[in-house]
Amino acid sequence: MTDWLLPLLIMLGKSLLLLVAVLVYVAYVLYADRKIWAAVQLRRGPNVVGPWGLLQSFADMLKFVLKEPVIPAGANKGVFLLAPFVTAMLALSAWAVIPVADGWAVADLNVGVLFIFAISSLGVYGVIMGGWASNSKYPFLAALRSAAQMVSYEVSIGFVIITVLLCAGSLNLNDIVMAQDSKYGLFGWYWLPLFPMFIIFFISALAETNRPPFDLVEAESELVAGFMVEYSSVPYMLFMLGEYVAIVTMCALTTILFLGGWLSPIPFAPFTLVPGVIWFILKSTGVFFMFAMVKAFVPRYRYDQLMRLGWKVFLPISLFMVIVVAGALQFAIAQGWR
Amino acid sequence: MNVATVFFYLFSAIMIASAFMVIAARNPVHSVLFLILAFVNASGLFLLMGAEFLAMILVVVYVGAVAVLFLFVVMMLDVDFAELKQGFLQYLPIGSIIGIVVAIELLLVMLGFTQSDAALGAGAAPIQANMSNTEALGLVLYTKYVYLFQASGLVLLTAMIGAIVLTLRHKPDVKRQIISEQNARTRAGAIEIKKAPSRAGV
Repeated sequence: MTDWLLPLLIMLGKSLLLLVAVLVYVAYVLYADRKIWAAVQLRRGPNVVGPWGLLQSFADMLKFVLKEPVIPAGANKGVFLLAPFVTAMLALSAWAVIPVADGWAVADLNVGVLFIFAISSLGVYGVIMGGWASNSKYPFLAALRSAAQMVSYEVSIGFVIITVLLCAGSLNLNDIVMAQDSKYGLFGWYWLPLFPMFIIFFISALAETNRPPFDLVEAESELVAGFMVEYSSVPYMLFMLGEYVAIVTMCALTTILFLGGWLSPIPFAPFTLVPGVIWFILKSTGVFFMFAMVKAFVPRYRYDQLMRLGWKVFLPISLFMVIVVAGALQFAIAQGWR
Repeated sequence: MNVATVFFYLFSAIMIASAFMVIAARNPVHSVLFLILAFVNASGLFLLMGAEFLAMILVVVYVGAVAVLFLFVVMMLDVDFAELKQGFLQYLPIGSIIGIVVAIELLLVMLGFTQSDAALGAGAAPIQANMSNTEALGLVLYTKYVYLFQASGLVLLTAMIGAIVLTLRHKPDVKRQIISEQNARTRAGAIEIKKAPSRAGV
């Protein structure tokens, strides 16, 4: 009895801890997003709820929960309510395999990268189901448009991940971080040797998570929130939560694949003594800062430009780089450098 | 009964139930959603067998890409469900005959199935214990079966090019975006700064 009960309880405790940590982090990421955007536009941003507006996200959550959920008359009720849950649940489940410090992952999967890739490719279902079940042409067309966008950028993300896998020689996220550990500190991480891929991954992550300048899914100023038009209250909040959790996941994945995960950027004593989780959070937050800055100062793409960038620019470059990286690695092995 | 067995029965039960619902659901979109549920449970079964690479690839390829296309097509079709149901009884005899034939064939194949000693020996230790199954699959796929692998890739490429050729039409009277021209625009050619005299206009 106790031989499986204890591991089960430990697993539940770990998952709960991670869940709470991720949700609190997301609440402050949302706040940071609004503050940074406001600062760029010389506004104050949220500053009323709590000191400096620090409790704004929690007030927003309370507001969403207390509002009335409206379900359109012709909506397919089951699918309509399932869609936001699918989005939020999938986004959160990707965190199960992300190591925030050495070995600090709920599940240390052998195929961790593939797991995250699979989960993020399922993210499109929330969008399609929500758009279809609303039984209205605007959400439906928006869902088709955004599904096409999310599917296109997954392809280049896949190839970028393959180049990292080739260098690290493993699909385990823990091993990928350890493969970047060298005496050169931050210059040994993969962002430098795989530099163009780092940029492509960053931009594709923006498109995959529907962030500006690729927010044609939502485009609040012209399309009134795309596939989410008919949603209100808690279902809407779940969509937003799923979106922001996906963004944070992509920041964490960028950190793991290119920025050395929890490794210290300066590889000697006073810096290596800092707990890995602090480095991890600092790096992810830095990547998110770039996400927020891009939102603040890049104008929105046109839809045909978006598709062209994905299929005609990123796909050929990343395919070519996979071959170049594989060739370089083979050459290094043949020369006995690796 | 250990945890793996519990999960095996859970996944199998959900998978069979959702596979049944694929053909029983009235709404075709619901059918596709149940099909997706069946795929996800199948990948759970793969995980239980320790084939984690196959499990993830099943989710990425079938659920993430193929089923999305299914869903696209089914959602955009304007199907009259009542009309669709009318022909059901009419096709029942033919359908049941085909079903029985397939079932008999399956039974014959399964009853006549024997394994040679060589295959049994090869099946006992499929991969070395210290190798992840991603690595093991890659080693076989890119050495022993490399020509077949490349050939199947070429088949897919041909299918893709065929689909593009069949659907690509250049209509002459449609105004198109010419990206190279747009990118070649410079500030000098795009805007003109004029000093408007006060109270006179341009």
